[in-house]
Amino acid sequence: MTFSVRTVPAPTAPAEPACDVTTRLGPVTLPNPVLTASGCAAAGRELDQFFDVTQLGAVVTKSIQLAARSGRPTPRMAETPSGMLNSIGLQGPGIDDFLAKDLSWLRERGARTVVSIAGSSVEDYATLARRLRRADGVTAIEVNISCPNVADRGLVFACDPVAAGDVVAAVRHETDAAVPVFAKLSPDVTDIVAVARACVEAGADGLSMINTLLGMALDLDTMRPVLAGVTGGLSGPAIRPVAVRCIWQVHAALPDVPIIGMGGVRSGLDALEMVLAGASAVSVGTAVFNDPGAPPRVLHELVVALAERGFDRLSDAVGFAHRGPA
Amino acid sequence: MSEATARPLQVRGEVLSTHRVGAYHHLVLVAPGVADQARPGQFVALALGGPDTNLVLRRAFSIYRVSTRGVYGGTVEIIYAARGAGTQWLARQVQHTRVDVVGPLGRPFAPPRDVASATLVGGGYGSAPLFALAEMLQARGCRVDFVLGAASSDRLFGALDAKRMGSIVAVTTDDGSAGTRGRVTDVLPAVIERAGTDVVYACGPMAMLRAVSVVADSYGIPAQCAVEESMACGIGVCMTCVLPVRGDDGITRMVRSCVEGPVFLGDRVRWDDVGTVPADALGAPR
Ligand SMILES: Cc1cc2nc3c(=O)[nH]c(=O)nc-3n(C[C@H](O)[C@H](O)[C@H](O)COP(=O)(O)OP(=O)(O)OC[C@H]3O[C@@H](n4cnc5c(N)ncnc54)[C@H](O)[C@@H]3O)c2cc1C
Ligand SMILES: Cc1cc2nc3c(=O)[nH]c(=O)nc-3n(C[C@H](O)[C@H](O)[C@H](O)COP(=O)(O)O)c2cc1C
Ligand code: FES
Repeated sequence: MTFSVRTVPAPTAPAEPACDVTTRLGPVTLPNPVLTASGCAAAGRELDQFFDVTQLGAVVTKSIQLAARSGRPTPRMAETPSGMLNSIGLQGPGIDDFLAKDLSWLRERGARTVVSIAGSSVEDYATLARRLRRADGVTAIEVNISCPNVADRGLVFACDPVAAGDVVAAVRHETDAAVPVFAKLSPDVTDIVAVARACVEAGADGLSMINTLLGMALDLDTMRPVLAGVTGGLSGPAIRPVAVRCIWQVHAALPDVPIIGMGGVRSGLDALEMVLAGASAVSVGTAVFNDPGAPPRVLHELVVALAERGFDRLSDAVGFAHRGPA
Repeated sequence: MSEATARPLQVRGEVLSTHRVGAYHHLVLVAPGVADQARPGQFVALALGGPDTNLVLRRAFSIYRVSTRGVYGGTVEIIYAARGAGTQWLARQVQHTRVDVVGPLGRPFAPPRDVASATLVGGGYGSAPLFALAEMLQARGCRVDFVLGAASSDRLFGALDAKRMGSIVAVTTDDGSAGTRGRVTDVLPAVIERAGTDVVYACGPMAMLRAVSVVADSYGIPAQCAVEESMACGIGVCMTCVLPVRGDDGITRMVRSCVEGPVFLGDRVRWDDVGTVPADALGAPR
């Protein structure tokens, strides 16, 4: 009886990329296009036990707010077919602790860092950006606008092009021109292109999409909602076609705006699909929960998939699917 | 509270054997490397469902036993109840099925500083991690007693092992099908008094841990409790597995049971507030 058991961590970085995978996100060039997704990698430290986080294009942090937040009650998650619902409620340490403990760790580790920020007013976002301006080690800012706007009876910024633009303009105003600002869009809107356009007109260097879709599950024994927060954000492979559609529509309308694509990416082929639809980079989120080694694996598989299709450069593949018949 | 632990591994494991024990399943997994580092109270997170599964989250299981030697280069054993889609899939697997294993995870039970009398309390499959703990404690010269409880005799795990290892072994079942009819906390005070217990170790359902904590508190002794909260990642990145725990500074925080637990001091956990965010917790909504 033989057992062929292979120990991981092993299948990580490609030895010699068969293709140039550097990617431009506005004023910044990343060595490769695979990132973590906000809220699915904390601030990189835990995943660094499984793979070298400096191998990634960048670590995208959990959305940071001004003050520490305890989040929502449990249960906070439910598994659904090829996906999950979460209602974490942005639990996190607040900007001071983040700068002192997390950002400094990422900087010393040598990782590129995209800091995700979240607030409940335009002023919150502006203050966060001002605090980040004085910090070292911020590669880019991702503005999580899927948050309730206190000034507008809790309407989510991302659902209103005007409010979304206001937030982006405030962050852009407070941020060094060398640091790109990405607005993270919600798919739960009638016209994602309108919100995308408003963000770009307000000064966004690029767009991240998609955040989770609002969903819900009932426990059929108790006959009540599974989540303590009643509704939650749906993520994972189940939402990938929605993400591809959003990337496609926005890239078609705004072909020069770099997009960080995300939503259900589990393999290099999934990442390739987003690149072909128009993404210049790809975040790996929920897949990390199943496979902590997913981000470097996705990168490796993406490099292979690009090479197999004859691409010498990632940038040639971005939006390739929009070109006429082959 | 616990010692620092080595970093977890992700290994491609393989089912070596599986068989039923009462209402549960006993699974032996080949998982090289994991066994060498594992300490009592730690857990593994398994990716279940096979390569084309629609199950996207791992499942957490306490480590029952490990073996670091032998032809398989290290095995990890778990005792589990087949409940939902993932564990039912696992129950159908036979030898050689591949299962990706992440572990060992979480903070283990902390041994007492000095030789002590330890009472180990297990509910249902929650007794699984207590036997490796008993071995470790006995190797340090500690006295070990057991209180094991379950809904019914088929859900009582490890009574024979307990009899072999423990000075006193008290068994309870809700339906009286084995031992004393009732709950573990009905018999725990008598055991503590007879054994002169210095420390309680407990693993089982939340309601049991809460009740055990109250009893230990009333005797002024610490209870180390291994909790079971719903987990999506098991490695500390998702924030789903939190519960309210009081820190050294007296401040309550929503802490991750996968990395700061699963073992907590019973008097630090705000048992009555589990499933809520207490108003005085750090960062609670104002
Ligand atoms: C630290 C720890 C140790 C555990 N040890 C054991 C053990 O030794 N033996 C055993 O039988 N079970 C144990 N459990 C519970 C075990 O994780 C669940 O029974 C299992 O996840 C259920 O999976 P499923 O596919 O059957 O259920 P599903 O309902 O399909 O699971 C769906 C999702 O919910 C999560 N989930 C569901 N129930 C639980 C639960 N009770 N606890 C945590 N997550 C849950 C799963 O991880 C999965 O992500 C432990 C849980 C934790 C957190
Ligand atoms: C548990 C969890 C927490 C998340 N937290 C955040 C967050 O703090 N900020 C944010 O912008 N997006 C957050 N997201 C959304 C992800 O970043 C991502 O946009 C979404 O999950 C889709 O990608 P995926 O399917 O690869 O996970 C979270 C997602 C999950 C599952
Ligand atoms: S289960 Fe993800 S942080 Fe604990």
